[in-house]
Amino acid sequence: MKGTPLPHTRLLIVDDEQSFVDVLTNRLSRRGIDVVKAYSGAQALQALRQNIFDVMVLDLKMEDMDGIEVLKIVRKMAPDLPVIILTGHGSRTAAEDGMTLGAFDYLTKPCELKELMEKISLARQAKNKQNGETNK
Amino acid sequence: MHEPITDRKEFYQVLTRNIRIRILLVSIIPMMLTLGILCRQFHLAYSEKISAHIGELVLKHTQNIDTFLKEKLGNIRYLARQLSITEPDMAQQFLTSQLSELKDEYGDVFTDLGLVDSDGIQFAYEGPFRLVNADYSEAAWFLKSMDSPYYISDVFAGLRGHPHFILAVKLSAQGRTYILRSTINFTTFNSLVENVQIGRTGTAFIVNAQGQLQTHPRSGTKEIVPSFIADPTIFKDEHTLILKHKNDKGNTCLYALTLFKTVDWRMVFRQDAGDALRDMWNAELFTLIIFLVGCTAIVSVSFTLSKNLVKRIARADRKNEAMNQQVVESGKLASIGRLAAGIAHEINNPVAIMVEEAGWMSDLLEEEAGMTPDGRSEFNRAIAQITTQGRRCKDITHKLLSFARKSDATEADIDINETIREIVELTAQMARYNNVTISTRLAPDLPFIRFSPSELQQVILNLTNNAIDAMGKDGGTVEIVTGVKTQDDNWIEIKVDDNGPGIPAQYLDRIFDPFFTTKAVGKGTGLGLSICYGIIQKMGGTIEVESHVGQGTRFLIRLPVNVRQTTKPSTSDTTNNL
Repeated sequence: MKGTPLPHTRLLIVDDEQSFVDVLTNRLSRRGIDVVKAYSGAQALQALRQNIFDVMVLDLKMEDMDGIEVLKIVRKMAPDLPVIILTGHGSRTAAEDGMTLGAFDYLTKPCELKELMEKISLARQAKNKQNGETNK
Repeated sequence: MHEPITDRKEFYQVLTRNIRIRILLVSIIPMMLTLGILCRQFHLAYSEKISAHIGELVLKHTQNIDTFLKEKLGNIRYLARQLSITEPDMAQQFLTSQLSELKDEYGDVFTDLGLVDSDGIQFAYEGPFRLVNADYSEAAWFLKSMDSPYYISDVFAGLRGHPHFILAVKLSAQGRTYILRSTINFTTFNSLVENVQIGRTGTAFIVNAQGQLQTHPRSGTKEIVPSFIADPTIFKDEHTLILKHKNDKGNTCLYALTLFKTVDWRMVFRQDAGDALRDMWNAELFTLIIFLVGCTAIVSVSFTLSKNLVKRIARADRKNEAMNQQVVESGKLASIGRLAAGIAHEINNPVAIMVEEAGWMSDLLEEEAGMTPDGRSEFNRAIAQITTQGRRCKDITHKLLSFARKSDATEADIDINETIREIVELTAQMARYNNVTISTRLAPDLPFIRFSPSELQQVILNLTNNAIDAMGKDGGTVEIVTGVKTQDDNWIEIKVDDNGPGIPAQYLDRIFDPFFTTKAVGKGTGLGLSICYGIIQKMGGTIEVESHVGQGTRFLIRLPVNVRQTTKPSTSDTTNNL
């Protein structure tokens, strides 16, 4: 096992590049993260309705639904779910749009797994802290 | 895309010529027509006036002389009626007393008086000559006087040997016919005519019906009487005639002729046409000089004006062309940017998968038993290599994306240093190929500046590409330096220095001109620097060049810090950790 241990983190990963989702799922699962795959925006929303997640990793450019659209819906469905944008498009503007819509952070492809793990960890901590505050 | 330069030159030449011709046509032709008509009218009016003046003058003098002759003839006729005695002694007494009375009355007009009988013998005479009993029976005047009641002779020398003329009146007494004659003092008579003088050459004289001179023309002139004057038909019904005559020497003279009433003589006034119309000719010459001066002025103005005008048009055309070219260039840059962004995005995804798969292999390898340590380390090396090359791909695509992001022509607050860094990264490969090293010395904390990123890219790209091109295969170094000048105004300075061959001094003031290029035909459009110039000027900045042949060239761009110093937008650190 490598990287920061993130036991019991429930992660939803959304990307229309199936190979990418698959390999990333393998690698993250190996590191103790509970990963659910979604190959499209619709699948992602479906999964969200069925399960509760700690962190979401979202691609911005997808065949059926634009990542930004998905993000908007997600912000409504689960306002406290931290979303990490992972995009192949290096366009800062798209990522910045995501940030203004309330994404937790963003990364550009290809990225180091270590980096992604760190961001997931930070997102998880942030969510926990938020929950802690709200629970009080 | 644009017409060849030679066509252009020809076009401007034709344009210049057309403008010039039009200016000349609309200014000189009306001026010429106006002047021509005015001069002609003036000429006619003036000539007419002069003719009328001369005619009047001559007529007046003719009338004077007519009156003079009539009066003198009247005197003699009166005497003839008084004379009743024809006895010689008595007649002699009568003549003596009458001549002295006439002299008292008229001065020296009458020279003598004589009485001639029908045989032509002058039996009584009073006067300064000894002419008593002179025989005139053969004299022309005597024969003519016998045919008419009175007669005025032509001027002749006669018996006394100097010019004179005779007034003769026929009378009858005691059944016989006599002639009373008197001689008119020629000098007195001559002075009547001689006084008529106009201008330098105007002179009057009297000729008889045969065209022989009856008076001395103005002293100092030798008068040759043209034959037409004696021709009685030229007068037709008119009394006064004004005509022009060209003499043998080619001089045109103005003649005024008048017939006398009392005698068959003509009064002639003659003046050189040039002299008579001198004032008119002077005025016309003056007008002509003014006209020529005006024409010269118009011609020179038409030349300079058309030249300047076309120069301006050409300049505007070039500017326009350069602007069009700039639009095309920035459009090109923008579409290249979009293309690059598309490609970068498409490549990023597969590369991401490859890198992740390599990572997965590395994950799996950790648990794989039964491998030799060498084999394992070789696998790890290979996987690490894939990851490294993936990262390299990412670097390239990110540079492209970053470039594309800035190919947008809309203005934004930009960091000049960042733009320069990107350009340097992009051109580094080409520079290496040409043995050129590009280095930068960028001042930290440059204020942000409001500028179109793509245009700034264009400027820096053009300058670095020019520098690389100029150095050829030998290579060299290009250094880009940025800095802030705060002493007088707030300026950002960008210097692009190279140690290439330099630009010859005679080209320096033209290098920003559109279409000026020293590159081989087809290699350069001659627009690069002119576009740079246009962009920098539009932004309120300046671009200058300084070059020494053999040492290198420096382009100095100064941009005003035109917005209040904006703080850099806060970007999360992660953006920079690519």
